[in-house]
Amino acid sequence: MIFRKRYARITPRETPEAKKELWVKCERCGRIVYEKKWKEMWKVCHYCGSYSRLTALERIELLTDPGTFQERWSNLISADPLEFVGARSYVDKLKEDMLKTGLKEALVTGEAKIGGFPVALAILDPHFIMGSMGSVVGEKFVRICELCLEKKWPLVSVSGGGGGARMYEGALSLMQMAKTSAAVERLHRNGLFYISVLTDPTMGGVAASFAFLGDIILAEPGALIGFAGPRVIEQTIRQKLPPGFQTSEFLYQRGMIDLIVERKDLKQTITRLLNIIH
Amino acid sequence: MNNTMERKYLPFEKPLEAMEKELAQLQARKQETFADNQAEIVRLQQKLSETTRQIFSSLTPWQKVQLARHPNRPHALDYINAIFEEFIELHGDRVGADDPAIIAGLAKFEGTSLVVIGQQKGRDTKENLTRKFGMAHPEGYRKARRLMALGEQLHLPVITLIDTPGANPDMAAEERGQALAIASNLQHMAGLRTPILVVVIGEGGSGGALGIGLGDRVLMQEYAIYSVISPEGCASILWKNQQAVEDAARALKLTAPELLQLGIIDEVVPEPPGGAHRDPAKAAEVLAKAMRKHLTELKTISLEELVELRYQKYRKMGVFREISTTAET
Repeated sequence: MIFRKRYARITPRETPEAKKELWVKCERCGRIVYEKKWKEMWKVCHYCGSYSRLTALERIELLTDPGTFQERWSNLISADPLEFVGARSYVDKLKEDMLKTGLKEALVTGEAKIGGFPVALAILDPHFIMGSMGSVVGEKFVRICELCLEKKWPLVSVSGGGGGARMYEGALSLMQMAKTSAAVERLHRNGLFYISVLTDPTMGGVAASFAFLGDIILAEPGALIGFAGPRVIEQTIRQKLPPGFQTSEFLYQRGMIDLIVERKDLKQTITRLLNIIH
Repeated sequence: MNNTMERKYLPFEKPLEAMEKELAQLQARKQETFADNQAEIVRLQQKLSETTRQIFSSLTPWQKVQLARHPNRPHALDYINAIFEEFIELHGDRVGADDPAIIAGLAKFEGTSLVVIGQQKGRDTKENLTRKFGMAHPEGYRKARRLMALGEQLHLPVITLIDTPGANPDMAAEERGQALAIASNLQHMAGLRTPILVVVIGEGGSGGALGIGLGDRVLMQEYAIYSVISPEGCASILWKNQQAVEDAARALKLTAPELLQLGIIDEVVPEPPGGAHRDPAKAAEVLAKAMRKHLTELKTISLEELVELRYQKYRKMGVFREISTTAET
């Protein structure tokens, strides 16, 4: 459910007057990267090649043709159906992550063009409650699938979700796995095309529903992808996991993923696929 | 279920222990020595049923979690043997393995042929090691999927019995694609052209439960639970404290009546006084009645409509707000 932060958190769009964010430290290799270079490389360290997580907005910038993205259903907001009372309330957690990310929910949906091809786009931002699946995530995903059915567009999803489950919504959260999978089934039955991109991390209920249901599954290098979290597995087997366990490369070797694609090539690869299947 | 199985008592069941033991002794004495103790037996039975009623009418969510995991609680095979006239267990995922945590096969229920799939926990340590505590590997989900496809092909309804702490969280499961196995089952069940009846008979442990749990009707026994995460897991993540399980169990709304209210299940199937483990035969009888009712209803729906209704059922799940400040449609 919760993973070690592998990279320094880089807050996007710092206030311009505070010019101190000129340098970024890669948490993997510890080296200092000039911020301009960091952004040019889409948050991939040019010394050690390790990937830092993108926000949904950065991901849109990376993948879509400039100015073509139109967000849909940004007016869907989480309710608190369980009136969850815990160590802290759901409402407080939502407010905090809204402020932190500037998003209203973990999934950003909309229409856009990629390499000139119109697509429906669903991007899960791992910075919003770990990209977990609440009712809004499920609903927006289903609506974007229904848009695909209406327009006969392909669907492109990008998953980054730490645990899948949003505990604050209890079993309603669990049912979003069923709801989104049922929507993908409709795409299949109607002959529509679905490309799923897995990024760090894609785990739990997100992995065990729409993320692994792509007709074609792409993954960024080195992403953590799997069902049970590494800590849960380590507690179960009472030993350390070998290095590289549950990474993109690990899954590729076992036939679970079509291609591992570097971030800088992602748009081009998707465009090439769309060019063949359109 | 095995009658010689040692009866275990949860802390809140303790007041029943002495009475149940005394009652058993009185009944044994009556049988062996023809003792005239009928009046005494009746008096004790009344006292016992009154105490049981008292305890079970005010159970906390955490107590229900414990009941759902009760070591004496009937498991999938107990119900299968009690309810179906015939059952042939079938094995293997046709890829490379068979998973004893999921049993699957063909059965007859009151003359109707069907496919039955269930998560099976063990009764003792040895059996649990074989059954993996009812925690399935990808091959279990693939076996289930294979038999659902057979159900579709032969026009047989599918009944699934859910009782698992969750999908198996070990290395082998990850290596063989646990997430993919569950995801493809969900997609497959969403489009399956035959009725699917799901019954949660014990623990409905998150994605591992849902992996055989998407259906036209979802029933749940009175003291079964169904949750996105175990109360223990939730307590340690959100409370950072394992002791907070009672709070977590309450907050998660994982009991049958609460899930009925949230629209996640369709019916609560009552259990005998004191829980299914006090009277497994009666529990099976009540469950069979509920199965009969729903299967009969589902059989009258055309397959096209069935799949559409199933989609709409899950399409509606979720609670959110739609604010109207944007200019979007």
